[in-house]
Amino acid sequence: MPKVSLTVNGKPVSVEVENRTLLVEMLREQLRLTGTHVGCDTSQCGACVVHVNGASVKSCTILAVQCEGAEVLTIEGLAAPDGTLHPMQEAFREYHALQCGFCTPGMVMSAIDLVQRNPQGLSDREIREGLEGNLCRCTGYHNIVRAIAAAQVVMHGKAKELPRAAE
Amino acid sequence: MGYEGIGASVRRREDLRFLSGRGTYTDDINRPHQAYAVIVRSPHAHARIRGIDISAARSAPGVIAVFTGADMAAEKIGGLPCGWQVKNKDGTPMAEPPHPVLAIGKVRHVGDPVAVVIAETKAQARDAAERIAIEWEVLPAAATMEAALQPGAPSVHDDVPGNVCYDWHLGDKAAVDAAFAKACKVARLELVNNRLIPNAMEPRCAVGEYDAATGDYTLWTTSQNPHVIRLLMGAFVLNIPEHKLRVVAPDVGGGFGSKIYHYAEEAIVTWAAGKLKRPVKWTADRTESFTSDAHGRDHVTEAELALDDQGRFLALRVRTLANMGAYLSTFAPCVPTYLYATLLAGVYTTPAIYAEVKAVFTNTVPVDAYRGAGRPEATFLLERLVDIAALEMGIDRVEIRRRNFIPKDAFPYQTPVALQYDSGDYHRTLDEALKAANWDTFEQRRAEAARRGKLRGIGISTYIEACGIAPSAVVGSLGARAGLYEVANIRVNPTGSITVFTGTHSHGQGHETTFAQLIADRFGVPMSQVEIVHGDTAKVPFGMGTYGSRSLAVGGSAIVRASDKIIAKAKRIAAHLLEASVEDIDFKDGMFRVAGTDRVKSFAEVSLAAYVPHNYPIEELEPGLEETAFYDPKNFTFPAGCHICEVEIDPETGEVEVVNFTAVDDVGRVINPMIVEGQVQGGVAQGIGQALLETCVYDEAGQLLSGSMMDYTMPRADDVPCIQVGTAVTMCTHNPLGVKGCGEVGAIGAPPAVIGAVVDALRDYGVRHIDMPATSQRIWRILDAGRQRLAAE
Ligand code: FES
Ligand code: FES
Repeated sequence: MPKVSLTVNGKPVSVEVENRTLLVEMLREQLRLTGTHVGCDTSQCGACVVHVNGASVKSCTILAVQCEGAEVLTIEGLAAPDGTLHPMQEAFREYHALQCGFCTPGMVMSAIDLVQRNPQGLSDREIREGLEGNLCRCTGYHNIVRAIAAAQVVMHGKAKELPRAAE
Repeated sequence: MGYEGIGASVRRREDLRFLSGRGTYTDDINRPHQAYAVIVRSPHAHARIRGIDISAARSAPGVIAVFTGADMAAEKIGGLPCGWQVKNKDGTPMAEPPHPVLAIGKVRHVGDPVAVVIAETKAQARDAAERIAIEWEVLPAAATMEAALQPGAPSVHDDVPGNVCYDWHLGDKAAVDAAFAKACKVARLELVNNRLIPNAMEPRCAVGEYDAATGDYTLWTTSQNPHVIRLLMGAFVLNIPEHKLRVVAPDVGGGFGSKIYHYAEEAIVTWAAGKLKRPVKWTADRTESFTSDAHGRDHVTEAELALDDQGRFLALRVRTLANMGAYLSTFAPCVPTYLYATLLAGVYTTPAIYAEVKAVFTNTVPVDAYRGAGRPEATFLLERLVDIAALEMGIDRVEIRRRNFIPKDAFPYQTPVALQYDSGDYHRTLDEALKAANWDTFEQRRAEAARRGKLRGIGISTYIEACGIAPSAVVGSLGARAGLYEVANIRVNPTGSITVFTGTHSHGQGHETTFAQLIADRFGVPMSQVEIVHGDTAKVPFGMGTYGSRSLAVGGSAIVRASDKIIAKAKRIAAHLLEASVEDIDFKDGMFRVAGTDRVKSFAEVSLAAYVPHNYPIEELEPGLEETAFYDPKNFTFPAGCHICEVEIDPETGEVEVVNFTAVDDVGRVINPMIVEGQVQGGVAQGIGQALLETCVYDEAGQLLSGSMMDYTMPRADDVPCIQVGTAVTMCTHNPLGVKGCGEVGAIGAPPAVIGAVVDALRDYGVRHIDMPATSQRIWRILDAGRQRLAAE
């Protein structure tokens, strides 16, 4: 069986996989990083999104062997080592942008990449269009859009503190 | 710590684990020495099984076992039970054909489970499943209700010729006929309520385990109601006594009804784990979800509304065909009957109503409750009919509603279709919604859109629903085979922290937060001192689970009752400690006080005394501080409200954009406004999905054409607008919290508001109704036909 060596959440790992093993299968089944979810089998839902070399990737749509030497970041590796949440995680909580939580890891990872790719800042419309690859069945997206709009302000250094949601 | 009690938008306690990837969903659970199951499913809608050759699969690498229906029959494994019996018009019971766990003799829908392969890895099980050779005799299929009801149609079940499950009715036919005879106007509507596929984002999953040393079984499953699964699977399918069967529903990634039911795969993994003495896991691929999760809605209806010359409703007559699919799912029979026809009065004073419902077997996936369950179907029919009556009589849509509203001083209000509404103020939710949506200035926006070349329309619905299900004796008399109370066990720990065990189940609703707020409020302790436990039959005494917006109204009421018992006992302990009489003890803000004095004992001190009973009224009171309550509701609850939608249509493409959506709902007392708003927004998005995007399509042979997320259109972020939510509350009068429920209102109120807006936008094209989903193709055809008509004139 082929062996793939890569960095996952800052830690180097070496894993024996089958040729057909998907990145998400390696993460969930072999590394037991079960925060990354599988919601479909047609690359439609985005529950599986992780970052590979800094860009968001549907981990159900890439083979583990393609990730040789890559840096992979999953939802488990997002918070600071002392537990401080990433501003996007903080914003999702503050704005009630999750209900069942199943889409959430993929949604957060996609949102971070979306914001990072758009330093000029995004309108609500652009955020909605940017989330095209992620499905959420619970929230109706309303609060996800608000959370991302709030998080981008902090991520772009325009504010130190996350704008609070109205009570 | 800010205010955490009733009415505070406390941020959710469950979020930290979900946001850091540390939730525990069923597929995240892996047991030592676990094997993997893959189900072989029917590719045909209707076929006889001539033979199954498992030999090649059995000898494939890694395969541990292959089982078919014959193996289960040999061990007398029962079929999947139905939890509700509806009676025919003549009083005879509905047809209730067997529902084998694995097909025996015949398959009845694409996706019907035929065999299970269990192997060391999922890939090996999948590979081996491909090697199972089944000899089919393909039969003609009854893929639609229309086909199933034709004379000479194929019988889905050989012993149910004609494919009718039941032919049921409700209401006073004679009174309705008399009212129609003297009506000055009759509005008519034929409609299809489109079939939906729930698609909770987490696919179903089940892990079974057997402990040979103790004889105990454990099932982890994606369920909204683990005790119900334990009861049904233990007692009716596998014959495992309840004390030897533990069912755990851990974090569950959305349900919307689809995870209420007892499914074949739960029984398969539990049974196989016992046979193989190894844990067995099954996880659905999304494609499997499409052909094995219960679908929703699927009605064909004719309805007529009789009115007097003032536009007052005199009578309503409804005939509905409801699709059951190939087998009766757990609660399927009650959805198009007691959750549907009973709602046909809506918020109106219609004095006479008669509904006939024929439930039909077809060669499709079973149909059961999906968010709203019966109530969206009733609301859509009624609200569309009211719009059509208004249009045809030249009465304003808002005005005709006002003329027919049940007035706010008429409660309790007995409808002609069995329900008694306890409270509501429909004028107020309407007024507030009209104001919030700027209804009065709409024509300006229509004109402005026209200048941009867009067709803009506005739609309204004033809905009611019945939830907080349900009084056990009432549902029992209607055919339910279960009670619908809820259970709470409150354990005060020796140092005064509180653990609450609830029989409801949270799969997105945020109970861990809302229920902790309730407890914090009752006991005057910080939320950090409260733990909410749910989803495990080994921990929670009993419970009926979460569906029908019942968790707070029924489960929350059980928590209140158990809290009252705790406080009553704690007062007696406090009275002893304070050497006062119990009548003189007040409990407030976590302190027991001798009224009018400064003699107090804290809640923690009293708790400690209960567990270290050195100075304790041991002659009269047992030590300890733990109480259980079973709460059986006195009535349903009746959330109601007004939803207003504005759309813009591109006349070139037929594309619809929802530009504004306003919901003002009366959900009873609100514990956590942030969570209520989120529930409404999510429900509205599903309602918009039904109205504009989603539909399940079978071809004539019974093949599912909308069988993946590429073919079934789920609402995405750019399909839904910003959803403005308000509440205008009247209290429920019969539960201790005054709460009604908020989980389903969005999916119930939204579809007619959206379709009303689309029809309004197309008003110049001679349209009075458009069926869901109003896709751009459907709308383009209307626009095109209209343009051709104009050109011809
Ligand atoms: S699991 Fe759905 S896109 Fe990857
Ligand atoms: S929070 Fe449940 S799917 Fe998004």
